[in-house]
Amino acid sequence: MNTLVDENRDRDRAQTEQFVVPSASVIEAADGYTLEVEMPGVNKEGLEILVENNELTIIGRRSLPKAEGALLHHESRPENFRRTFELDPSIDADKISARVDQGLVTLTLPKAEHVKPRRVAVS
Amino acid sequence: MSLREDLNSLFESPSWSGFGRPEQLFTAWSPALDLYQNSENVVAVVELPGMRTEDIEISLHDGTLTISGERKRETSNGERAERTERYIGKFRRSITLPTHVDANKVSAVYRDGILTVTLPKAEEAKPKQIPVS
Repeated sequence: MNTLVDENRDRDRAQTEQFVVPSASVIEAADGYTLEVEMPGVNKEGLEILVENNELTIIGRRSLPKAEGALLHHESRPENFRRTFELDPSIDADKISARVDQGLVTLTLPKAEHVKPRRVAVS
Repeated sequence: MSLREDLNSLFESPSWSGFGRPEQLFTAWSPALDLYQNSENVVAVVELPGMRTEDIEISLHDGTLTISGERKRETSNGERAERTERYIGKFRRSITLPTHVDANKVSAVYRDGILTVTLPKAEEAKPKQIPVS
């Protein structure tokens, strides 16, 4: 169950592009998980979600507003976002869906039918 | 690994510093803020992913721009947060503006989770070309 949020960090080492690891939250319900990932500046066009070898990778490429002028104070980071999660075996990878709204990526990861709680009728 | 062990490890394990921004667990929510200036405007850019516009407040007082707001918890019954790095609650950022601005012409756009506040400079603060006769 906890493997949903375990990360595979080794894979990132071979990458040349630097990514920022976005903040995320995992919410579990009876029928699945909801994964929320903060990617300010990322819209639908910049979002790439891959499921491979039971790993879920979310890459967010930012389209930042062009602010012209002299920078007086700077806290933001220009890098794109990337984070990989290992999927729990209970998740039905074919039914993962995602949406992005105001830089918040929300993934719905339903559990496979056979692991959902069910009531057994007594005859 | 049980859930409890997992949560404890978030707070105790130094290895956790390798992912996410662990300092956020212990400090208040402080969204990243950039400030630019050009000949016409002062522009503030704040990263506020997943907010509703009605929960963002912008105010200007004595040459200080303040952006504040609140993100409300939306978890319904029967759900539980297994790991939470996202901030729920209030934030407030204030920054002193480098020059006088026209408070009546301030505008703000919230797009892709980024708030851009444009503050037109007051006429007397704009650079002026002095012709040499």
